[in-house]
Amino acid sequence: MSGTPPTALNEQAVPVEAAIAETPQVGLLHSPAIRKPATIIGIAILGLFLLVAIFAPLLEPYDPNAKTGAVFAPPSPAHWLGTDDSGADMLSLVIAGSRVSLIVGFAAALVAMVIGGAVGLFSGFYGGKIDGLLMRITDYFLVIPDIPLMIVIAALFGRRLGNIIIIIGIIYWTSTARLIRAQVKSVRERTYVRRGRAIGAKNSRLIWRHVLPQVGPLLIANTVLTVALAIFAETYITFLGLGDPSLISWGKLIENAFRGDAILNQAWWAIVPPGVCVTLVILACTMLGQSMEDALNPRLRVGHLSVRRFRLRTLEER
Amino acid sequence: MRANYILKRILFAFVTVLVAITLNFVLFRAVPGDAVSALRCRQCTVHFKEVQRKELGLDEPLIVQYRLYITHLLHGDMGSSLRTEQPVMDELWAPIANTMPMIALGTVFSIIFGTIVGVVSAWRRDTFVDKAGLYTALGFYSMPTQWLGLLMVLFVAGALGLPTSGISNPTLGILTEPSTWAVVVDRLKHMVLPALTLGLVLYGDYALITRSAMLETLGEDYVLTARAKGLKNLQIVRKHGFRNALLPIVTLIALSLGFIIGGAITIEYVFSYPGIGLATVEAIDQRDWPVLQAIFLLLTLSVIFFNLIADLLYVKLDPRVVEA
Repeated sequence: MSGTPPTALNEQAVPVEAAIAETPQVGLLHSPAIRKPATIIGIAILGLFLLVAIFAPLLEPYDPNAKTGAVFAPPSPAHWLGTDDSGADMLSLVIAGSRVSLIVGFAAALVAMVIGGAVGLFSGFYGGKIDGLLMRITDYFLVIPDIPLMIVIAALFGRRLGNIIIIIGIIYWTSTARLIRAQVKSVRERTYVRRGRAIGAKNSRLIWRHVLPQVGPLLIANTVLTVALAIFAETYITFLGLGDPSLISWGKLIENAFRGDAILNQAWWAIVPPGVCVTLVILACTMLGQSMEDALNPRLRVGHLSVRRFRLRTLEER
Repeated sequence: MRANYILKRILFAFVTVLVAITLNFVLFRAVPGDAVSALRCRQCTVHFKEVQRKELGLDEPLIVQYRLYITHLLHGDMGSSLRTEQPVMDELWAPIANTMPMIALGTVFSIIFGTIVGVVSAWRRDTFVDKAGLYTALGFYSMPTQWLGLLMVLFVAGALGLPTSGISNPTLGILTEPSTWAVVVDRLKHMVLPALTLGLVLYGDYALITRSAMLETLGEDYVLTARAKGLKNLQIVRKHGFRNALLPIVTLIALSLGFIIGGAITIEYVFSYPGIGLATVEAIDQRDWPVLQAIFLLLTLSVIFFNLIADLLYVKLDPRVVEA
């Protein structure tokens, strides 16, 4: 149910321009919100999984495609996470699956970032007719139900990994585009950009040197959140049997557990681990992306209502 | 002014419907090969194929096909299922009727618990209660729906003695005619687990939305004023905080309602619940494009519908929107 990520709120509730106007000129890294434990936990989990994915072949105790034990053998010293319906080692499968899942997540988020970032930049910077046209297109994309559209495209146009990455990418660029457009519209009117224009800087230079660096952090924060959506999407598509049949991913392992009667055999070890991995990575991306966005939206830091009685919270307490 | 705004939103919804219909037409015509022969329609009779070709106008130019498609749609005709050779709409009524109560149950559960937890979390922020609420919500938000469903089947169903598949007990009516009450209870029992799965995932969404909306509102100056006036905390939260946070909460929930049916696809698959989601999976497995096409159109229409509702609610809740 990834239709509405909780961040969508920032566009809705606050007029973004107003929030941005209040933003003091401090870098993302110096903001107190970025040094919260949530951020550090997020980075730690994500980093750990990235390392596992990079060194996957070295870490797998067995060949994930080979039968190395009994069918649905419970966890034992030889197989820490037991075996699946074909007798393959679950731990090796989960490690191998991290690669494809993270590749899909990051590559699709990158596609979404490029499309959404470009649309947002052009729309916000040039305004006028281009803005109207691009935002109209974005509006239409927003109302198309994401999961069914992915299913339809995957069912119609093949099940290769590259296709799936592109499908996910072209579905999740819309919220990025909206967010970046709002930010660009405000940055465009800042004094230094206007000075730049006054001394004759070309539009391309203004965009690359002055606007993009300002919206960059927000773009990255949003992309981190998109990684989570993309990994989700991969598990959905794969679960419905529309994934790349030759590759091992976490979504594929969940599908395998379901189709291979892991439930009938009460083989929880074949079901739980891949889902835990997906949950952890998505949790990490969400926490990291959220705290980055919070750092860029200082309004959220102020709360006038006291948690306990007789105490008024101030900014410094956070 | 207001009527003008509402009219504009309705017009936008109408145009969006047209775009959705066109997209639906284009996507399914862009499939490699002929829309009938390329299908896995081995069991189709030759006669049926011929009729289909003629009905879809496949030998005509695209523009004629498009006109035919729209004319059929306006008559409520979405084509025929390739599997059963029956009109698609007849095939889809029963699944839709099965899905609706399940989704309603899950959604109501999630809205109630999500908003309560979100409000309490924002109010008691940075306390243990907030952390507990926030991290459970984040946890459920981060779980793949189908996986949570599998966990339910594995760990919860046995403990609660609930059925894990289908919509009714097949042995119920064999010996004696069951009472209406027994039938209703049986249906509800089959509905609990899918609805709970849906409800928990949505609960995560809604709790997070409510919490951040409340945090925004509690930072407003009027909350400070209310406190300075000496109002009780509960009163501030209810009358000044929640009332104002309601705007984004209601709109975001209304927006998400349209997407819920799409999200229920994997849930129904896990629980073999014969609703619109299971129909989707079957249509994919059988490559039954007309059914898939109709489902996709219905889902898009539901999103557009709830979008319009959200727009209209927005005006109702905050008349200032119109002036902006």
